[in-house]
Amino acid sequence: MKIITLVKQVPDTWSERRLDPETGRVDRAVSEAVIDEISERAIEAALALKDADKSTTVTLLTMGPAGALDALRKGLSMGADDAVHIRDDALQGADVTITSRVIAAALLRRPWDLVIAGNESTDGRGGVLPAMLAERLGVASATGLDSFELTGGAAGGDLVGRRSADGVDEVLRLGFPSVVSITERMPDARFPNFRGILGAKKKPVEVLTAADLGLTDLHPAVSVVSVAERPPRQAGTRIIDDGSAAAALADFFASRRLI
Amino acid sequence: MTTVLVSIELTPSGDVRPGLADLVAHARSIGSPVGVVTVAPGDSASVTERLGAFGLAEVLVAESAAVGAADAEPRVRALVAAAAARNPTAVLIANTVRGRDVAARVAVRLDAGLLLDIVGLHAEGKRVVGEHSVFGGAYLTASTAGDRMTVATVREGSTGEQPSPVTASASALEIDDTTVPTAVITEATEHARRSERPELRTAERVVSGGRAVGSAEGFELVERLADALGAAVGASRAAVDAGYISQDHQVGQTGVSVSPELYIALGISGAIQHRAGMQTAKTIVAVNKDETAPIFEIADFGVVGDIFTVVPALIAEVEARR
Ligand SMILES: Cc1cc2nc3c(=O)[nH]c(=O)nc-3n(C[C@H](O)[C@H](O)[C@H](O)COP(=O)(O)OP(=O)(O)OC[C@H]3O[C@@H](n4cnc5c(N)ncnc54)[C@H](O)[C@@H]3O)c2cc1C
Repeated sequence: MKIITLVKQVPDTWSERRLDPETGRVDRAVSEAVIDEISERAIEAALALKDADKSTTVTLLTMGPAGALDALRKGLSMGADDAVHIRDDALQGADVTITSRVIAAALLRRPWDLVIAGNESTDGRGGVLPAMLAERLGVASATGLDSFELTGGAAGGDLVGRRSADGVDEVLRLGFPSVVSITERMPDARFPNFRGILGAKKKPVEVLTAADLGLTDLHPAVSVVSVAERPPRQAGTRIIDDGSAAAALADFFASRRLI
Repeated sequence: MTTVLVSIELTPSGDVRPGLADLVAHARSIGSPVGVVTVAPGDSASVTERLGAFGLAEVLVAESAAVGAADAEPRVRALVAAAAARNPTAVLIANTVRGRDVAARVAVRLDAGLLLDIVGLHAEGKRVVGEHSVFGGAYLTASTAGDRMTVATVREGSTGEQPSPVTASASALEIDDTTVPTAVITEATEHARRSERPELRTAERVVSGGRAVGSAEGFELVERLADALGAAVGASRAAVDAGYISQDHQVGQTGVSVSPELYIALGISGAIQHRAGMQTAKTIVAVNKDETAPIFEIADFGVVGDIFTVVPALIAEVEARR
């Protein structure tokens, strides 16, 4: 089984996150850049399949600036085999239309059976990229999976996944090649060991530009027209419970016509 | 008036998600809404009747044997067929897990511009402009697909509007049955939900519990306060991870984003990722025994106290003042 796992580097959710007021793009300078937690889980899901069947290969793929190499190295040190880094200044500010075209083009360059992605990134939260890729590639997709297993191999086998979303539990079955996205219900990522960290430096990382992928007319379908910052919230009243807090709270509700 | 297609998401038992009201309200702000729904053969009449309650006067109904079995694809095909027939300025789809799949594929198939998780929609000349709440409401941005057709995923609960009922009329929509690779749904079960308790995404009031609640049984305390206030039940990721309550109750960065009239956080520390899902609530109340908990920085009313004494007393107060 050949697996490609999609990886995204994002501003750390623990740090201050800002948008550039002119472009509406994420201001990468103010926050620390980290591999998105959900990407780590997607890598873990791929490596778990590799643990069970040593013939499985795991390739990481990211689109991002030079610094995104750190995210790939993290995944390689966890145990992935190799990586693809799509890196091109022309892709700064790409919307999902461009991003899905670029990643689909990169996926067409090599053979694979399964693409595993996170269900949504913490900076974009769009949650549409995996299904857009599947649509562009003409393959089946199953998104938002809390768990999945393979029945049989890449030839003739199936992937069976479970999802629990928006009040419905579902079991989904699909063949290969296909694209799945996983949720944070999937297991936490393993920690890279010392050998993994050393070995990661020697693993191949293919760097590609948009031109390498034969893509030239990269005009975003969507443009940002305005960016406004909301004033931060202020703290209000705070009381220490001495037995009368419930009555004080009920008074507060009444004053705001909430009861 | 320009046409705006509104995609209808049905649960396995055929219920309409309450967030449809938000889709219809946003559609109205730029044109006239036309519903698009896919049902199993023979189910057209009953669904049309119920859609009138959401203010949809016109509905295009596609019957397909694949409904309930093939993931996303029947809805995708119905929207593509409806777009070809009606040339809409925009196609609106709920920002749910299933809705996003539909939107992703429809946008590619129609070569449309895709606006994500909109909380507002307006027209500027011929352009459709969507508004988004970014980084947990720290920013409000607006974006447009310009001259292209717009496909947008809509945040349920983003308008709070109640639709005025109309009588819906239906026309049949033909969709072809060409087979493309698709995931097949082999089992679908709806979560049991107390019918009188509001749905989290669209609720006007939310009561959430955190790690401090301590157990699945302990969550009953959260639920009792929610019921006393007519609120939906939410949770922190720590509470979900501990198995106190199912994941679709999670509020925050990687959970649901809510913007209710009232949000009550019980035994939740207020980590930045939790705040990202609730800090745009109109009124925030917090009960936490640690006076330095960050949740107090954004609470309109904070009680430093033990949830196991404050909450039962509060339920009694609320019930007594009814
Ligand atoms: C990428 C990423 C995404 C995340 N997404 C989310 C998300 O979507 N939603 C989310 O909630 N978190 C999210 N988190 C996790 C977040 O960082 C916190 O770990 C989580 O919100 C903590 O939950 P909590 O407040 O219930 O638990 P804790 O932080 O452990 O807080 C428990 C609180 O209860 C108080 N307490 C204890 N006992 C009592 C008592 N008897 N009475 C009153 N108060 C009491 C304590 O003082 C404490 O403040 C995310 C983290 C990451 C890295």
